[in-house]
Formats: sequence, C-alpha cells, structure tokens
Amino acid sequence: MTLLYSDVEEELRAAVRGLLADRCPPATVLKRIESEPYDLDLWKTLAGEIGVAGLLVPEELGGAGASASEVAVVLEELGRAVTPVPFFTSSVLATRALLPTRDALLGELAEGRRTAALTVSFAASPYQPGRGSSVSVDGDGRLSGTVTGVAGAEVADVLLVPVDGDLYVVEGAPAEEATVEVVTSLDLTRPVATVTLRRARARRVGACDLAGVLRFGAGLLASEQLGVAEWCLDTTLAYVKERHQFARPIGSFQAIKHRLADLWLDVVRARAAARNAVADGSSISVAVAQSWNAGVAVHAAEEAVQLHGGIGMTWEHPVHLYLKRAKAAEIALGTPGDHREALASMADVPGPG
Amino acid sequence: MNETEIKERVAAFLGEHDPGGDRLEFLRARFDAGLAWVWFPEGLGGLGAPRELQQVVERELADTPQINGGLQGIGLGMAAPTILAFGTEEQKRRFLRPLWTGEEIWCQLFSEPGAGSDLATLATRAVRDGDEWVVDGQKVWTSGAHHARWAILVTRTDPDVPKHRGMTYFVCDMHAPGVEVRPLRQITGEAEFNEVFLTGVRLPDDLRLGAVGDGWRVAQTTLMNERVAIGGAPTRRGGGAMAAVLGAWREQPELRTHDLHQRLLSLWVEAEVTRLSGTRLREQLSAGQPGPEGSGMKLSFARLNQALSGFDVEFRRDLGYDDWAFRRSEDVDFFGRGPGYRYLRAKGNSIEGGTSEILRNIISERVLGLPSEPRVDKDVPWKDLPR
Repeated sequence: MTLLYSDVEEELRAAVRGLLADRCPPATVLKRIESEPYDLDLWKTLAGEIGVAGLLVPEELGGAGASASEVAVVLEELGRAVTPVPFFTSSVLATRALLPTRDALLGELAEGRRTAALTVSFAASPYQPGRGSSVSVDGDGRLSGTVTGVAGAEVADVLLVPVDGDLYVVEGAPAEEATVEVVTSLDLTRPVATVTLRRARARRVGACDLAGVLRFGAGLLASEQLGVAEWCLDTTLAYVKERHQFARPIGSFQAIKHRLADLWLDVVRARAAARNAVADGSSISVAVAQSWNAGVAVHAAEEAVQLHGGIGMTWEHPVHLYLKRAKAAEIALGTPGDHREALASMADVPGPG
Repeated sequence: MNETEIKERVAAFLGEHDPGGDRLEFLRARFDAGLAWVWFPEGLGGLGAPRELQQVVERELADTPQINGGLQGIGLGMAAPTILAFGTEEQKRRFLRPLWTGEEIWCQLFSEPGAGSDLATLATRAVRDGDEWVVDGQKVWTSGAHHARWAILVTRTDPDVPKHRGMTYFVCDMHAPGVEVRPLRQITGEAEFNEVFLTGVRLPDDLRLGAVGDGWRVAQTTLMNERVAIGGAPTRRGGGAMAAVLGAWREQPELRTHDLHQRLLSLWVEAEVTRLSGTRLREQLSAGQPGPEGSGMKLSFARLNQALSGFDVEFRRDLGYDDWAFRRSEDVDFFGRGPGYRYLRAKGNSIEGGTSEILRNIISERVLGLPSEPRVDKDVPWKDLPR
C-alpha cells in the first residue's frame, strides 16, 4: 500500500490534464452551463481515446482492468477543471454497481459507447442508501416511484435502478414509463434530476450492495474534492501575486499569506486522505477522507471567493463554478457530519448516553 | 544495502554484544557497528544506508538498551545533523559518538532576549583573539542547559555588515569559565529551560562550525532539522496526544456530552489526516522525492496538541493540577503528567522551534512563492539597526 502516485498514474494525469487544458478551460465551461452543461464531445474523446470510461472494468469484459487509484487521478483532474462529463456518475458509480453482475452492458460502458446513471439520490449515503428514492417493484417486475437528486441521469442512455438489494436496467423506456426532469441545481456543472418511473419495464441484472457502491463512490469523490481544492488554491495564489493594493502585491501581506499557508496545509492533508481512501478502501478510510476533504474543498472555494475580492463575486469569473461544485459535493454521498457520526462506532469514540 | 542485509548486520552485532551487559558499553558498540543512525557515513555511527532502514534496526533492537530521546533530543535532532553537514573530520569524530550514546548532552544557544523570531538580529558577540574567540552575551529559552556538556551557539562576529552576513557558528563548551546557567520557571511550574549568560567565554577556533561569517547558513540547517524533529514524530492511528484523550473518554462515559462528542470526532479526523500526511511524507523521503509538505507538519502538530490537551481538561471537569512544585525537569514528560500540565506545556508547541506565525511565513514564501513583506533591515549594517 502506498500513498504516492505511480508513474502510470502520472502519465494518465498528464494525458487528461492536457486534453482538458485544450478543450475545457474554465471560460468554455462557463459559456455552456446555462444551455447545455454536459460536453459530450469531450466525453467521447476522454472515454474513447484516453480510455477513462473502462478503467474499472476488467479486461475480459472489455475494460482496462485498472484500480480505484487510477480512477482517483482522473477525478482529481476532472475536479480541477469542473469538467461537465458523466465520468463519476457512469464510469464510477453505475459501473461499480454493475460490476458484480458481469452484464454485457459493462463492455459498452467501458468503451464509452453508452452511458449509464445509477438512479440514486446524490444526497444518499453509505449509511442511508435509500434516501430520496421511493421506487418499488411490482408483481410483474415493473418499477414505480421517484428518485430525487439524481446526477448524470439526463445524459444517460441507461438507468440502473437499485431496489431492495436488486439492480434493474431501464433503457429505451417510453415517456409514459420513465421521465428524467432536470431541476435547477446548485451545482451548475453537475446538475441533478428527478427520475420518475411509472410501471417501467425493467431487466433485473443481479444483486446490488448499494451501501458498498456508495461507499466506494464516496472514497473516490474525495479525490475529485482534492482537485477542486487544488484549483482554488493555485488560482488564488496566482491572483494574490498579481493583484496590487497599497502599492504591493496583496499576497505579500501576512494576513493573506497565513490564510493561504493554512489552506495549503489543509490541502496537503486532503491529498493524504484521498490517497489513503483509494489505497485502503476500508469504511474507516472512506469516512475519514469524506469528513476532511468535503470541508477542505468548500473552504478552499470560499477562500478563493474572498481573496479574489469583488471579482470573486462575479458570474464572469469561474470561481463560483468551484464553490457550487464543492458545496454540492459536500452533501453528496454523505455530509462530513454523517461520516464523522459513522466514525464514532468505527473508531470506538462512543457518544453520550 | 537492503532490509535483509541490515537484519544480518544486527544479528551479527547481537551475537557479539550482550544487551544484558553494561548499557554504555552496548551503546558504544552499537555506534561503532554503524547501527546508531544507519544513514550516517561509516565510521560515524552509520552505514551510509537509506534512512528508512533505520526503522528496521529500531525494530530489531527494540528490546536492547536505548538512548534517551528526550534528554538527548537537541543533540540528536539538531547538533548532529549540523555537525555532519558542516563539521571537520576531527569535529565529527570528537563529538558524534558521545552525543549519540548520551555520554554528552547538548543544548542550543540561539535565541536571545532581543532576538526571537528575528533570530538573525542576535547580539552575542564573538571577538577573535589569536587562536581563540571571546564570547559575551545572553541567550534564553535554553532547554536542558543545566545538563549540557556542549552547546551549539550562534554569535555576531561582524557588526559592520547586514545582519544575516556577520554571524559565526560555534560549538560552545558549557563547562568553560564564564558560562552561567540560570533556570527560567515556566507556566507549568517547572524549569525545562534556562537563561545562559556568557561572559568572556574563551572558545578555541577549532570549536568553530563552518566558515567565519557563514553562521546563518549553518543555523538554517539546524533549524530545518529542529522543525522536522518536532513535527515528524510517527504515530499510529489514534495514537500520540489523541490516545490520552481517548483513554479518558472511553473510561468515563458519564462525562461525555453531545457538544464534546462532535468536537472530539472532528479532532479525531484532523489527527488522522495529519498522521496520514506524515506517513505520506516519509514515503516521499524514502522514495527520494522529498516534498515541501514537511514544513507543515510542526504547524499541524502544534495545533492538534493544543486543541486536544485543552479538550482533555474541559472533558474531565477536574479543577485541580497535579503539581506546581518548582523543579528542573530532565525532559518533557508529556504523558507522565496530568492533563493540566499537558495543556500548559502544549502552549509552547506553537512558539518553540519557530512560532506558528513564522512557519506560515516560511510556507507562504518558500512553498507557495508569495512575496515577502517589505524589509527595511536587509541591507543595513547590523550595528545601525534600530533597537
């Protein structure tokens, strides 16, 4: 077990970062978020040419047979660029849910030919996996109910619906059976939708340990949060070196330097926590990483807004995209408080009474 | 050299030296076998081996006589790396062996009443007199000066150049005439540290460490090692300062409250991510990729120690204190004392070895590349500085 990055991971990072610098600079993301947030052309290149969609899928099922460690590096980069692509929702959450079934759909997801969404509320957690879902299955094997706060559903070709420990595939359903309605979302680069199923025809593909899938996702989300925090820190550092007031760069004032030194230290620890969550993957490591990194990403984005002064409050500067991503991700897959509460029993720090 | 070879060395050493015999003889033999600090050169207590192999040696020799890491802390953590980096061959051979075995204790004569965070403004003068230097001045916050045989000392040798340039570094003989050590009582009641008055102290030139005028650069080596030594202590999950708090927390459920529980869980998480950063940092060092992360470790540990020890006092609702009696302590008995002592002693963690504010300056300037505050003292001869 190591907390460092391997050479292969650094190569993968360089490839993703290079592509995103070219195709997905913050200004480009900013331009599209109010019309069509997801950049599916970019997704095609990422999934097909760089091959990120198949990282978690074993080679014999058409994937790259990589590990969470490589996925984490991709997520760091996607977080750094708040890239609006369905990698986390399709290639991490949905793919992980489908993996134990070894369904043929995995090959298509791995190649990026099709995209799936796990029809679970993004506000659900490993400790409350059913939050936000009322879906049930009837005697004919049809699904009915609604799921709120689903991420990545509007760009998914396939919905993977977990119901009572089973996983169902809903695809090509007519509008009277399944609708996906995007809601106005806090996170502009990863909006959520309400999925409504009305006696939808579905194919049962196998069992689903939903809590385990969400835990796996929560551990990896910590790497995306690390990427968000890193962009905020780097961008703020560049700004305070440039911006002059009182005839000096504002970054020369100790009041600013000390805040950034503290933030850097938080990010250093977020990197260790994120690497540990993928290297180890235990419940306790995931809970530690989420407890810490979710808050660090929010704090980094808030510091970025503050230290950019007025420009940080404008729509024109991309920092708000990061603030919104960080704040929404703080809720996603368990709040820091949910994870700390879980740690009480995992780390034997019992509460009163 | 690899793990297997090191283990063979240790086994061979144990075959020849009985750990149950004389403690000092055993430690001297361990030094001579190169098993004191394996990353030091051969002949100086080491084997020129990778630093991470030290852990293997420590594991293999865990049940043998040990050196006193507390009492010898300044020698091991600060004097030794500085002597290794800047000492002459003769100085290395003279000082390192008794330093490591603990036969000779070291202290640090750096801070002065007028030179704390701004160490480079220090005023203790050393004036050359033939083959000797005559030292006059006052040092302060000198932990363990009352036990010390030797000190690492920074002095002003040229007051006519700007402050960073006119300093020279020495090894000071604490038994020399003119060295007077007076205890300084701390907020804990005891006296860990001292004031040291230097009056006409004569030091032979062969106690000089590094070139005349190069004292600041030599001192930087010492200070970087101090911060690593203070911040780099490895702990297991839930170990260190957290262990004391958790022990009490688990034993006394009747004292738990919801508010304390939430705060303790937050501190637990912070302690854990800090520990993981330390682990990652050591991995980086082992892999030969030292990162800037080390600069932050002392800052994190100071904050955590203070928060945890303050939490501990509040949790126990004990209005007492174990002992205010004045004593000259051997070393910092952090876990042998009560929570009140830990709370008070931890206050020093953000002051000693570079205040947390200075560390934030260092991080922001050296790691983050932020500009320094405007400086009015950089190009002014030391003697002309306002004071």
